[in-house]
Amino acid sequence: MNATAEALFVAEPFQAAGDVVIDCTVNKIFYGDFLAVRDSVVPIEKKKITGFIGPSGCGKSTVLRSLNRMNDLISVFRFEGNVIYHGQDIYAKKVDPVVVRRYIGMVFQQPNPFSMSIFDNVAFGLRLNRFKGDIEERVERALQRAALWKEVKDKLKNSGLSLSGGQQQRLCIARAIATEPDVLLMDEPCSALDPIATRQVEELMLELKENYTLAMVTHNMQQATRVADTTAFFSVDISQGGRTGYLVEMGPTRQIFEDPREQLTKEYISGEFS
Amino acid sequence: MRTMNPTSTIDLTARPEEIRPRPNLDRQTLEPRALKSGFLTGLTWLAAVLAAVPLFSVIYMLLIQGGSRLFGSDVVEVLTGLPPAGFEMGGGIGPAILGTLVMVGIASAISIPLGILASIYLGVLEPKSRLASTSRFLAKVLTGFPSILAGVFVYAVLVIRFGYSAMAGGVALAVLMLPTVVLAAEEAMAQVPQRMKDAAYGMGCTQTQVILKVVLPTALPGILTGVMLAIAGAAGESAPLLFTALFSNYYISELAEPTASLSILIYNFSGMPFENQIELAWTASLALVLIVLMFNILARIVGRSKV
Repeated sequence: MNATAEALFVAEPFQAAGDVVIDCTVNKIFYGDFLAVRDSVVPIEKKKITGFIGPSGCGKSTVLRSLNRMNDLISVFRFEGNVIYHGQDIYAKKVDPVVVRRYIGMVFQQPNPFSMSIFDNVAFGLRLNRFKGDIEERVERALQRAALWKEVKDKLKNSGLSLSGGQQQRLCIARAIATEPDVLLMDEPCSALDPIATRQVEELMLELKENYTLAMVTHNMQQATRVADTTAFFSVDISQGGRTGYLVEMGPTRQIFEDPREQLTKEYISGEFS
Repeated sequence: MRTMNPTSTIDLTARPEEIRPRPNLDRQTLEPRALKSGFLTGLTWLAAVLAAVPLFSVIYMLLIQGGSRLFGSDVVEVLTGLPPAGFEMGGGIGPAILGTLVMVGIASAISIPLGILASIYLGVLEPKSRLASTSRFLAKVLTGFPSILAGVFVYAVLVIRFGYSAMAGGVALAVLMLPTVVLAAEEAMAQVPQRMKDAAYGMGCTQTQVILKVVLPTALPGILTGVMLAIAGAAGESAPLLFTALFSNYYISELAEPTASLSILIYNFSGMPFENQIELAWTASLALVLIVLMFNILARIVGRSKV
C-alpha cells in the first residue's frame, strides 16, 4: 500500500464458499478517541477454522474479541458496524452480551483456570446454565475431547492450577466446550505453551472442527498453515498518524500463503516484516 | 527478519592463556567490606531478638501468675463462676468470657457483611472511582484511630439515649473492626487475576456471577485472614467498652444491659487490694491472650489453605 494514496485501502470482500455463522463487518472500532481497527469484513464459516494473522497491533485480537462482545468489558471500547450471528446483530440494543458469550465461547492467550478443582472448572459453565442432565458424564466427555481425560481422570478433585501450562490450556478448552457453544474463539491459544503442548492443542482444534466453528488469532504463521482453513491477514497503518489496523486480504489459507493477491501479504508471509 | 550473530566477529583465540592472571576466589574474612557486613548482620539479629523479648516476657509472666488458676483444679469454677466480691474467696470470670464473646459476635455480625460489601465496591466494581479512593483513604485513617474515640463516639450516639449495653459495646468494636475487614478483603479481591475474571465473563457470567462464583471464592483465604485478625484485635479492646458496655457481675441476660468483658474485668480487678481478685485478673489476662492467640492461629491456618 502506498502512503500517499488518496483513498484508504479496503480489502476485497471474501466470498465464503460454505455457510457463514458469524458475518462480521467492522466499520470502525475505537478505544476512546483512538481508532484501533477500520473497514474490515470478516465472515466466519461454519465448522471451519478461521485464522487471523498479522503484525503486532494490527487489531486481530480486537476483532476476534468483538465477535462475542468481550471488548464490552473495556469501558472506552466503541464498535461501529455489525456482527450478524444467526440473522441477528449481536451489537443490537436489545441483545444481552452475557447471553451472546454463552453461545460464542472463548479461550484466552494465558491459560486461566479458576482456583477450584479440575472437575468444578469443567462443570462451571454447566452449572452456570443450570444444566439438568448428567454433569459427570458431560465433564468426562469434555475432558476426553480436550485430550486431557487420561492425564487427570484420577485427580479430578485436585486444583486446576496444579496442572502444567499445556494441561491448563486444554482444561480451559474443555471448560469452554463442556457447554457445547456454537462457536469457539481462541486468542493466541498456544502462545504460552511449549512446542509439544502446542501440537496437542493444534490436533485438538482439528478434531473440534468436526463439531464446532473456530476462529483463532495466531502470531505464528506456521500454525495458521497447519490448522486454518481460511486465513485473514490484518496489517497496521502507521502512515496516517495513528496505529489503525485493517484487513488486507482474506481467503483460503493455501491461496493466502502460496498466491497472495496483495503485495503486503506477500511481504509479510515471506518474513520481510513482523 | 535477518539477524547476524554478534559474537562471530570476536576472535577468542587472540589472547594466549598465560597472560590471564589466576583469579583469587578465597573468602577474605578480615577485609573491611566483610567486617562491615558481619557487623550489620549481627545488629539485625540482635534487633530481631530484642523485638521478641517483650512478647515472650509478657506470655511468661501471664503463665506464671495466671496459669495456676486457669490450669489448676478449680478450672471449672474459674471459667464459669461469678466474680467474687470483697474478701470472698474463689469465684471466676464466666460472665466476662461470655460477655466478650457476645460483643465480639455482635461486632462481627455488623462489620463483616458491611466490610465485605464495601470491599467488593472498592476492589472489583469501581476501584478507581473517586468514592473508592476517598473511602479507601478514610479506612486507612480509621485503622490508626485511637480506640477510645470509638467508645466516645458510640457513647454520644447510643449510650446517652439507650444506656450502657452489650449492643453499644458491639457497635463500638464494629467501628474498630470495619476498616481492617474492608482493607484486607479489598486487597484479597484485587489480587484475583484479571484473566480469571475474563474467563468467567467469557463463559457468559453476569457481573454478579463473576463476583459470587469466582472473585469471592478465590479471595476467600485472604478475606478470612483479615476477618480473623480484626476479631482478635476487637477481643482485646478495653477502652471502647468502658464507655459503652461498662461492666456487670452477672451473666448477660439481654443485649440492652451493661455487660461484663474480660478486658474491663482485668482493669477493675488489677487495682483491687484483694489477693483473690488480683489473681483472677492475671487469670483473665491469660484467658484473653489465649482467645486472641486462637483467632490468630485460626487466621494463619485458614489463610494458608488454598485450593
